[in-house]
Amino acid sequence: MAALMTRPGSPELAANRRNIRPGRVMVWTLLFIGGVIMVTPLLYMFSTSLKSAGQVYDLRLIPAAPTLDNYIKVLSDGRFLRWFFNSTLIALCVTLSNVFFDSLVGYTLAKFDFRGRYLVFIAILSTLMIPTEMLVIPWYLMSAQFGWIDTYWGIMFPGMMTAFGTFLMKQFFESVPNDFLEAARVDGLNEFTIWWRIAMPMVVPAISALAIFTFLGNWTAFFWPLIVTNSRELYTLPVGLSSFAVEQSIQWEMIMTGAALATIPTLLVFLVLQRFIVRGVMLAGLKG
Amino acid sequence: MSFGNEAGPAGAVGIWDRITIGQKRVIWAWAFLAVPIVFYVGIRFYPTFQAFWLSFTNWDLLRPARFIGLANYQRMWGDPQFWQVFRNTFAYLIIGTPISLVVSFVIAYYLDRVRFMHGFIRALYFLPFLTTAAAMAWVWRWFYQPVPIGIINSFLANFGLPSQPFLRSTEQALPAIMVTAIWAGLGFQIIIFMAGLRAIPQTFYEAARIDGLGEWAILRKITLPLLKPTTVFLVVFSSIGFLRIFDQVYNMTTNDPGGPLNSTKPLVLLIYQTAFSSYDMGYAAAQTVVLFTILLVVSLLQLWVLRNR
Repeated sequence: MAALMTRPGSPELAANRRNIRPGRVMVWTLLFIGGVIMVTPLLYMFSTSLKSAGQVYDLRLIPAAPTLDNYIKVLSDGRFLRWFFNSTLIALCVTLSNVFFDSLVGYTLAKFDFRGRYLVFIAILSTLMIPTEMLVIPWYLMSAQFGWIDTYWGIMFPGMMTAFGTFLMKQFFESVPNDFLEAARVDGLNEFTIWWRIAMPMVVPAISALAIFTFLGNWTAFFWPLIVTNSRELYTLPVGLSSFAVEQSIQWEMIMTGAALATIPTLLVFLVLQRFIVRGVMLAGLKG
Repeated sequence: MSFGNEAGPAGAVGIWDRITIGQKRVIWAWAFLAVPIVFYVGIRFYPTFQAFWLSFTNWDLLRPARFIGLANYQRMWGDPQFWQVFRNTFAYLIIGTPISLVVSFVIAYYLDRVRFMHGFIRALYFLPFLTTAAAMAWVWRWFYQPVPIGIINSFLANFGLPSQPFLRSTEQALPAIMVTAIWAGLGFQIIIFMAGLRAIPQTFYEAARIDGLGEWAILRKITLPLLKPTTVFLVVFSSIGFLRIFDQVYNMTTNDPGGPLNSTKPLVLLIYQTAFSSYDMGYAAAQTVVLFTILLVVSLLQLWVLRNR
């Protein structure tokens, strides 16, 4: 174990390997225990979702008689599936919109030279300073006037573009060499085609990072969907979970099943795209 | 200039043929920006000014808004609930930010050197970041229950320790909720710290070792100073997160949001209730202006700290 832990190709570690080894094993063990504590709430959530009502008070992590009954009950309710669908649809639409518009604006600000470019950039960037909480009251007023309350559009419209995404994409488009774009221009492609066919494929890592963040952010969004939805049919998954649980008061195994179902998609996405996501967080954190 | 006549944004082909390539590009740029400019003006800037304006009115959804000057701000100044909420919000910030930063730095510092099952351990720490607050709040509420159900109290009972009220107590509820918030954000901070640590060139460490510096001296004299931009970013990011805390509090206290006795209520929850339970929109707008001011000060502090580098 310890031999695997030493960084390959670092002579100074090989030199005092004898001193370092026991310390490294201890560090690894402590980190592992800490990690297990971090996922304990998730483990218990899944464990309880597999227990029947009678077993809930048995606090063992591995259920004595695991059953999928809770899942069948929650999913056959219909409402839950509807919330699941709502959340997916909304997160998907908002993500597509952000990928399109944030990239387009980022590209324009990075690659076009025109009067007012700097002003537009600063204006967009300055919206990062404005907290959502300050905008929800005007947004609510606007939604009431235009009849957007309790509609998908009402939930989606505030997030269709973000300054953060625009800034991220601008940073990446700046590193795209101008020669490619000039060559395309000489070939007679119009500016939209150049952006869409030439520039966009060159920043795929940035696009995927933006897409993952936007999707995750909207999938877990709570504050605005809570405000703008009134009817059960329009709830997103987090808002639904919040109400679902109150209603079923203290049926813990059902609540845990709902929570597990809301968590499973993001965990699956993470398991498939782990490297991508971690790199994306690093990119976004450092550039932003 | 004859090769530019494939579909232009404007219909007038005659004019389009006569202008220079440079001018065409300017037109393209504004065409690309047209929809986004409408969006940013209509959905970001106009609502911002409207929020400021509403904070000087008595708008309550029923009557038309009437200008009442600074009355909302005066009312806030004399509102004991507002000050309680103000204290709670800063309690989240002042306790939550340092704890989460120290813990995540220590984990990142050691995790960065671990090679054995690195990805797996990193995943364990990162997974909570991907969860939905509304879902995980229920898991934590269940953990905090009294003895027959609650895991933490059962655990304490096994060691003969007295059981704790957690979310039912005005003193313990806020820290109990804070643990959930720190838990959820820790993975993100660890990843960012690790990215910052990786960005420090290895040659710095090698030079320090040649000079005979010990681990502790290297940490103090090389790692921490070079990590300053990352740390400042995380301090601000985490502070803003705690100042805007809402999801965890609302979902862990659904029966009496912000309770018991307002002891956990943060500013955003007060804003939510003032606006959407009492429909006191003008007063709520004034509260959002206060939140905006606090966040602005925090962001400006970041710029100032980075400038003095």
